[in-house]
Amino acid sequence: MSRVRVLVGTKKGAFVCTSDGNREKWDIQGPHFIGWEVYHMKASPVNPDRIYASQTSSWFGQVIQRSDDGGRTWTTPGSTEEERMTAWGFPGGESNKFVYDGVPGTHQNFDGTQKPWEFKRVWHLEPSLTDPDTVYAGVEDAALFVSTNAGATWRELSGLRNHDTGPQWAPGAGGMCLHTILQDPSNPQRMFVAISAAGAFRTDDGAQTWKPINRGLQSNYIPDPTAEVGHCVHRIAFHPSRPDTLFMQKHWDVMRSDDAGEKWTEVSGNLPTDFGFCIGVHAHDPETLYVVPIKSDSEHIPLDGRLSVYRSRTGGHEWEELGNGLPRQHCYVNVLRGAMSLDSLDTCGVYFGTTGGQLYCSRDSGDTWKPIAEHLPGILSVEVRTLP
Amino acid sequence: MITVVLPYHLRNLAGVEGDVQVEVVGSPTIGSVLEALEARYPVLRGTIREHVTLRRRRLVRFFAAGEDISHEPPDHLLPEPVASGAEPFYVIGAIAGGSG
Repeated sequence: MSRVRVLVGTKKGAFVCTSDGNREKWDIQGPHFIGWEVYHMKASPVNPDRIYASQTSSWFGQVIQRSDDGGRTWTTPGSTEEERMTAWGFPGGESNKFVYDGVPGTHQNFDGTQKPWEFKRVWHLEPSLTDPDTVYAGVEDAALFVSTNAGATWRELSGLRNHDTGPQWAPGAGGMCLHTILQDPSNPQRMFVAISAAGAFRTDDGAQTWKPINRGLQSNYIPDPTAEVGHCVHRIAFHPSRPDTLFMQKHWDVMRSDDAGEKWTEVSGNLPTDFGFCIGVHAHDPETLYVVPIKSDSEHIPLDGRLSVYRSRTGGHEWEELGNGLPRQHCYVNVLRGAMSLDSLDTCGVYFGTTGGQLYCSRDSGDTWKPIAEHLPGILSVEVRTLP
Repeated sequence: MITVVLPYHLRNLAGVEGDVQVEVVGSPTIGSVLEALEARYPVLRGTIREHVTLRRRRLVRFFAAGEDISHEPPDHLLPEPVASGAEPFYVIGAIAGGSG
């Protein structure tokens, strides 16, 4: 029987939850890296036991961790005695060295002035679809890095940050972060990223050059609501079988593109509020979507204290509330942009974590929900991997 | 030998328990002790001072012989009690909690 492994990044460490295909009884291991924020963990599509983790702290900065045994043990890449001796005989220890390429330049700050790019943390780790030693990192201040030696060293793919619009990018409330990386499985030269608050970008030449793909977005909170960049895109997602069809949860509005981001249309439809952070696509139906509507960009709580996921089976526009098993009152948590994931079992499990530390699982595509854990630290990210 | 006291999270990261000892050639300075520390525990590179600029991270402090020497330059000589090994060099995570 297949199994699932849920990787949970929290404000105070990482947890690894595993279950058989029934997804009823869970083994929860952790916390790993106790006391550190773990923004994201993700397993290699090629080798599910290889997991990369972003461990970070306002005090001590960035640490990259790697597991090669499914999350049981961890190492900072390049830290073994053999690995860390450079050709000159000095220790390496550069798995947390994220240095911008060249002179970093400036971007727009909250007050409209220009501010030098400054690395703060890794928000997102995206292992290559084909090579377990290659992994991409989306960082704050927004930039894209890559490692081709399993996380031991990193270099910036600076074509993105050096885009002409770079000086116009500005931080959102959570910082100026590159939080989403999507690799097109049908075209190794194509990749999508999303940045708060710059927008979505696409490369068609293996990350050499990038194009803003924000036409159709309308953001009334910026000076030019239809500007080429400046949009606070919270998350983008696609179904791997249809990588030209993108879905987006923007600061406000749920959006859809059917031409790889060339043009977006709003599909918020009957959602009670179209503000939110996360968005996910069903594993077996590319037109079935999930979002968690959140009340306003000022309050960041579920509507009426009732935590609900909304599902569309029509690629947007028409949405149904899913709350069977979720708190129906007195619930004031948030669900962050990286905190939803879906497995690929026949009935497609849906998972999400809250800022209150509840980790929920639906075994039936969202019809009913049960908690896997209820008292974890605030959850920053959830990634699910279906295992043989 | 210089005795260095690391904060809890950096002891965990370096995989050590208790104080650590590092050897420095010549009169020890803030910079030379940190270099020796990072050479012995490469995982600490970037966690106490930043890569490239080698600036002290904002929420890390250095104490020696009862004095806060966080703002002294890297070539600042450590006081005799620390240089002789009688007292430790403290790397401290600043008291800056409050967000949970």
